[in-house]
Amino acid sequence: MALELYRIDDRLIHGQVVVGWGQPLDLRFIVLVDEEVAASDWEQELYRMGVPPEMDVYFESVESAAVRLAAYQRDARPGLLLTGDIDTMTRLVEATGAIPAVNLGGIHHKSGRVQRLRYVFLAPAEEAALRALSARGVVVTAQDVPAARPLPLDEVLSGEGNR
Amino acid sequence: MSNARAIVAGHGDFAAGVVSAVVQITGRDDVFVALSNRGLSAQDVERVMREAAAAGPVSVIFTDLPAGSCTMAARRLQREHPGLQLVTGVNLAALLDFVFTDAPDAGVAAAEAVDKGRKALAVAAGGALGGGSARGA
Repeated sequence: MALELYRIDDRLIHGQVVVGWGQPLDLRFIVLVDEEVAASDWEQELYRMGVPPEMDVYFESVESAAVRLAAYQRDARPGLLLTGDIDTMTRLVEATGAIPAVNLGGIHHKSGRVQRLRYVFLAPAEEAALRALSARGVVVTAQDVPAARPLPLDEVLSGEGNR
Repeated sequence: MSNARAIVAGHGDFAAGVVSAVVQITGRDDVFVALSNRGLSAQDVERVMREAAAAGPVSVIFTDLPAGSCTMAARRLQREHPGLQLVTGVNLAALLDFVFTDAPDAGVAAAEAVDKGRKALAVAAGGALGGGSARGA
């Protein structure tokens, strides 16, 4: 499978993604699934400027990503699919049924969220959404960088991780 | 109100570290304000940077990585303030040049700092003293 990682990260394309994961996985493309970015040429140019020339970035809405997901998964190059929030990833999982695992990479503090890890803060509805993903067979783990241990969802939600 | 003329922003303690080096070398602690993206969402990085820029006569933002969230936030600020200069991949030599710049405007100062920083990157070959060579990157 060419898509090596399905990541939720509210910073979208940034250092951890491009360098932290990009170099060890030898990533050649990123699929950024975000409705706002997909609708804005300016936003797309901003994120395109953030990646090295040998790395392609494809901008998708949930609807278009669902149509093209199988093609991305067949791509011979190593790639990473990225969403900025749990809701977007959940909708993509529901639309395709073809995402085997989800990586929680960065969900930062905002009102209504509780800290679960140093880099994961969740609202009750978000926790329920993650449990629902897990219940349908998607392997949900938290791991900000490759050198860190992937933490199973139960461990994340019990707050036993590396706060 | 700050007197800082520039923001240095990056991952972890990068900005605080490199700014402390500037202060140690030059004694000038009034040029840069250091920001970290640690633990912040993209929106919070942008908010913190916007507040820092509004607090003083900031004309340049230096960031560590072209792909970093600080760079993304700086690009968003540039959209509102087209005169704001952004330098990515900053190093100590570039910042030191900026401290002492007498350039007529921020754009020239930023370009000169980039030139100085680029020239400071070098490979020093091993071997006997005097027998090696240094090559700029």
